[in-house]
Amino acid sequence: MNIHAISSIYRFEMNRMWRTMGQSIVSPVISTSLYFIVFGAAIGRQMGEIDGISYGAFLVPGLVMLSLLTQSVSNAAFGIYFPKFTGTIYEILSAPVSALEIVIGYVGAAATKSLILGVIIMLTATLFVDLKIAHPFWMLFFLVLTATTFSLLGFIIGIWADGFDQLQIVPLLIITPLTFLGGSFYSIKMLPEFWQTVTLANPVLYLVSGFRWSFYEISDVSPGISIAMILVFLSLCAGIVYWIFKTGYRIKS
Amino acid sequence: MNNNADILIDIKNITKKYDNGFTALDDVSLQIKKGEIIALLGPNGAGKTTLISTICGIITPTSGSISVGGFDTLKDYRDTRKMIGLVPQELTTDAFETVFDTVSFTRGLFGKPRDNSIIEKILKDLSLWDKKDNKLRELSGGMKRRVLIAKALSHEPDILFLDEPTAGVDVELRKDMWNVMRALSKTGVTIILTTHYIEEAEEMADRIGVISKGRILLVEQTSELMRKLGHKEMIVEISEPLDTLPASLQAFDLTLSDDRKFITYSYNANQEHPGITRLLKALIDADIRTTDISTKQSSLEDIFVNLVRDAA
Ligand SMILES: Nc1ncnc2c1ncn2[C@@H]1O[C@H](COP(=O)(O)OP(=O)(O)OP(=O)(O)O)[C@@H](O)[C@H]1O
Ligand SMILES: [Mg+2]
Repeated sequence: MNIHAISSIYRFEMNRMWRTMGQSIVSPVISTSLYFIVFGAAIGRQMGEIDGISYGAFLVPGLVMLSLLTQSVSNAAFGIYFPKFTGTIYEILSAPVSALEIVIGYVGAAATKSLILGVIIMLTATLFVDLKIAHPFWMLFFLVLTATTFSLLGFIIGIWADGFDQLQIVPLLIITPLTFLGGSFYSIKMLPEFWQTVTLANPVLYLVSGFRWSFYEISDVSPGISIAMILVFLSLCAGIVYWIFKTGYRIKS
Repeated sequence: MNNNADILIDIKNITKKYDNGFTALDDVSLQIKKGEIIALLGPNGAGKTTLISTICGIITPTSGSISVGGFDTLKDYRDTRKMIGLVPQELTTDAFETVFDTVSFTRGLFGKPRDNSIIEKILKDLSLWDKKDNKLRELSGGMKRRVLIAKALSHEPDILFLDEPTAGVDVELRKDMWNVMRALSKTGVTIILTTHYIEEAEEMADRIGVISKGRILLVEQTSELMRKLGHKEMIVEISEPLDTLPASLQAFDLTLSDDRKFITYSYNANQEHPGITRLLKALIDADIRTTDISTKQSSLEDIFVNLVRDAA
C-alpha cells in the first residue's frame, strides 16, 4: 500500500477545500438557516407534528441528507474531473499507485468534506430546534456510508463527464429531485397511496428514512431495509468503480 | 553487441493502436542503456509522446512488452514507475497550488516520505527557490516548465523522461536546462528526451533514435549520425572527359562518373578543413578545366528516405 500517495491525494483535495472554506461552509449554513426559517418556523407552525415530532426537528435529517448527497456527488465529481480537464492526471496515471489507493484518496477526501458539512448543518440546526439522537452509532453509520457511497457516485460521474455542464447535470437533474421526492421534508404517509408506492422506488427514501430513524425512531420503511439498501448502493458504486479501473474506461487510452 | 546488464529499459515489439483505429506505434523495439542520454528525434505525430507514455504507464500498449530495470511495466508497475520521472510535453499544472506544495505532492504520490530539504535542493538547482511560495498560475511558461522538471525529480528517479523540454524556452533557459540535464546525467540518471531539433539532439545525446510514422528508423551513436548527416558531395563538371584520374588527385576521395565528365568529391561538412581549396588547387595544377561546380548534402530527410526505402 502506497500510504504516502493516499495521504498526498487526500491532503491535496482537502487543501482545495480549505482554500474555498468560506464558500464550502457559509453557503450550507445560510441555506440550512433559510430552510429552518421558512419551513420550520413559518410553514411548520401550520403543519403541527409528524409522528409526534415537531416539523422543525423532523426536517433536520432530511436537510442533512440533502446536503450530504449533493455535496458528496459534486465534490468527488469535481475532484477527479478537474485533473482530467487540466491534464494533470498524467501524474496520477504515471505514479506507482493502485486504483484502490486513488479511490481512497479522492473519495475519502470528498466524503470527509461532506461529513464536515453534515456536522455543521446539524450544529446550525441546534440553534433552531432541540436535536436528540436516539441511536448515535446508526446515525454515524448512515452518515459515513451515505457520504462514501455518493462520493463514489460522484467519482464515477467525474470520470464519465466530458464537460463541466455534465458535472452539474446529475446532481441537478437526479439527486436533488430524488431527495425532494424521497421524503426529506415530509413523511410519505402524507401522500396518496399511489404515490407512496411510487416513492418506494426512490433510493433516497431509504437513506432519509433510516437516517431519521436514528434520530427519532420514526421511519417510513423499516430501518433494517434502509441498512440493507445503503449497503447495496455502496457495493453497486464500488463495483462500477472497480470496472472503470479494470477496463481503463475514459481514463486511459 | 551490448552487455545485457547495461540495458535499463527494454522495449520489445510495442504496437499501439488507439481506439479510433490509428496505429501510433508499429512494432517498436528499443533498448536504452543505464546512464545514457538518448534523444528521440522525429517530426510531429511521429509517436514520440505515445512511446514515452507507454513506458510510463499512461497508455496501455496494444501488444508487446516493456521492462524497466528488469521489471515489467504492466505486471510490476509499482517497481517500474518508482524509478521514473516524467516531464510532459504540455504545460499542465494546477493553478492555485504553490510551487513547493506541488513538488512535495509529487514526491508523496511516488511513495516517498516528505522531505523538505530534498525539495529545497531541487528547487534551488532549478532556480525556483525564490518562487517556492508562488501560486503556479503566477509563473511564466519557462518557470512552469522548470516546475514540471522539479516535480519529475522530486522522488529522486533513476530515469528521467523529458518530452520536448525546450519547446517554448528561450536560448538562455535552454542552455540552463541542458546544464541541468548534464549534471543529472553525471549523477547516473538515465535521460530520454524527445525533440524536433537535430541540434538539440546533437548537443545533448549520446545516442539518437530517429522515429517517424510510429516506427524507429534508426538508432545511432550521435557522432556516427552526425557524420552521416554531415556527408556532402561536390560535383565538378569538367570540360574535357578524363579517362582516369591523375595521380595528383588520388589523395582525394573522388569518383569519376561513367561518362567521365563529372568528378564527385565526398567530404564531411562538419570538419574544419573539408579540403575544398586543396582540391580546387590540385585540379588547376593538373590542368583540368572546370565548367561548373555544385554541392549536395544528405539531409535528415535523405536519411529518412533511404531508411524507409531500405526497410521496404
Ligand atoms: N488519444 C489518441 N487517440 C488517437 N490518436 C492519437 C491519440 N494520441 C495521439 N494520437 C495520434 O498518434 C500519433 C502520434 O502522436 P504523438 O503525440 O505520439 O506524436 P509526437 O511524436 O509526440 O508528436 P509531437 O512532436 O507533435 O509531439 C499522431 O498521429 C496522433 O494524432
Ligand atoms: Mg509529442
